[in-house]
Amino acid sequence: MEKHIKAPLTDEDTKNLKSGDYVYITGTIYTARDAAHLRMYEALDQNMPLPIELTHNIIYYMGPSPAREGRPIGSAGPTTASRMDKYAPRLLDLGLKGMIGKGKRNSAVREAIIRNQAVYFAAVGGAGALLSKSITASEVVAYDDLGTEAIRKLEVKNFPVIVVIDSQGNNLYETAVREFGEE
Amino acid sequence: MKTVNVAEITRNIKEMCIEANHFLTSDMDHALKDAINSEKSPLGKQILNQLQDNLQIAGDDMIPICQDTGMAVIFLEIGQDVHFEGGSLEDAVNEGVRQGYVDGFLRKSVVKDPLIRENTRDNTPAVIHYEMTSGDSVKITVAPKGFGSENMSRVFMLKPADGIEGVKNAILTAVKDAGPNACPPMVVGVGIGGTFEKCAFLAKKALTRPVDEHSSIPYVREMEEDLLDKINRTGIGPGGLGGTTTALAVNINTYPTHIAGLPVAVNICCHVNRHAVRTI
Repeated sequence: MEKHIKAPLTDEDTKNLKSGDYVYITGTIYTARDAAHLRMYEALDQNMPLPIELTHNIIYYMGPSPAREGRPIGSAGPTTASRMDKYAPRLLDLGLKGMIGKGKRNSAVREAIIRNQAVYFAAVGGAGALLSKSITASEVVAYDDLGTEAIRKLEVKNFPVIVVIDSQGNNLYETAVREFGEE
Repeated sequence: MKTVNVAEITRNIKEMCIEANHFLTSDMDHALKDAINSEKSPLGKQILNQLQDNLQIAGDDMIPICQDTGMAVIFLEIGQDVHFEGGSLEDAVNEGVRQGYVDGFLRKSVVKDPLIRENTRDNTPAVIHYEMTSGDSVKITVAPKGFGSENMSRVFMLKPADGIEGVKNAILTAVKDAGPNACPPMVVGVGIGGTFEKCAFLAKKALTRPVDEHSSIPYVREMEEDLLDKINRTGIGPGGLGGTTTALAVNINTYPTHIAGLPVAVNICCHVNRHAVRTI
């Protein structure tokens, strides 16, 4: 089913999103990938504040290519989410509502998604040029020294994603492959 | 004897890094277009159409096809009658990569040390494979490799008794484990034989063979066709979201091996199977 939602997300939003829904996101989201997650994790271990507000927000696992002059961002597709599995449950327990990436998640992440009524979206991997067209503004808000891995605040308009794991724990990667597999 | 100034190598590699990251070769382009017609899943079809739009935008607006513009893997096939002048060949290659990635607005994804992980900020060094050939020309292949799919690649040291079925099972295992992580539809590069490192090299090189060309060895060609069919029946589909287009091609290279061994390497590439080739 096609849906349009606003970011940050409400509890109502995540409750209504179902595995397999094709969703267009408009609003504010944040980027973070391996190195930024490690830093946030270390900050939490040291009881330091995080550089971004997690509650109701969406993190996009993405490190863009550099922007050409006059453009908000370069190529901007998702990276493999499983590398963030080590960190995601803790962030979900602190209020993170959504994640955008590509690829499988482990059972700890799935359980944390259910526990916190969150959602895991996939964007189409390897479509970074197309996806960049749905990003209208980008600003580094933390860890500038990490280059492409810095945390960016993005304004997105009709950013296309697919619900993979919904708040009930249904997983499109499992159901869809069963539907088309011949064994 | 031909003399080649290494500045020419730098210039070509710079251009090829930029070219490969914005334009796919025509064989890849055709394979992706053909897949739209055969794909059975409506969502899969929609994703394949998005990939077409993505390629169009990448070329028109000069935005890299994928933000992971890869680690630069470079094959140099050097004729034994070539003499290089003007400095170190390796330095010239890395200078080409540096200029291509910095001037071409490509992402810098290389860290200086695998555990200390400080970004080199210019995507150097490249991974360079040198091969000596006959003649007096230099064939350069620039193949930027993204790590979503690289991370899902495998080496299997099989036993001779495992035979063809064992090899096929290993390849299918690698593909199924990769699933959505490797950004399907994939291209599957396979190396069979040689030693531990030789089979990995064969698999990497296999990814640079056009996807519409088969092995010239009849039984290997049969394996390529059979595996492609089996992979496309796994149901993984475009983006791993279900469908009948999981791979565009299986390219297998073989090499003699030891009486005790059957090494198999599976190097998986996403649908952004990039390479630029020039001969000078």
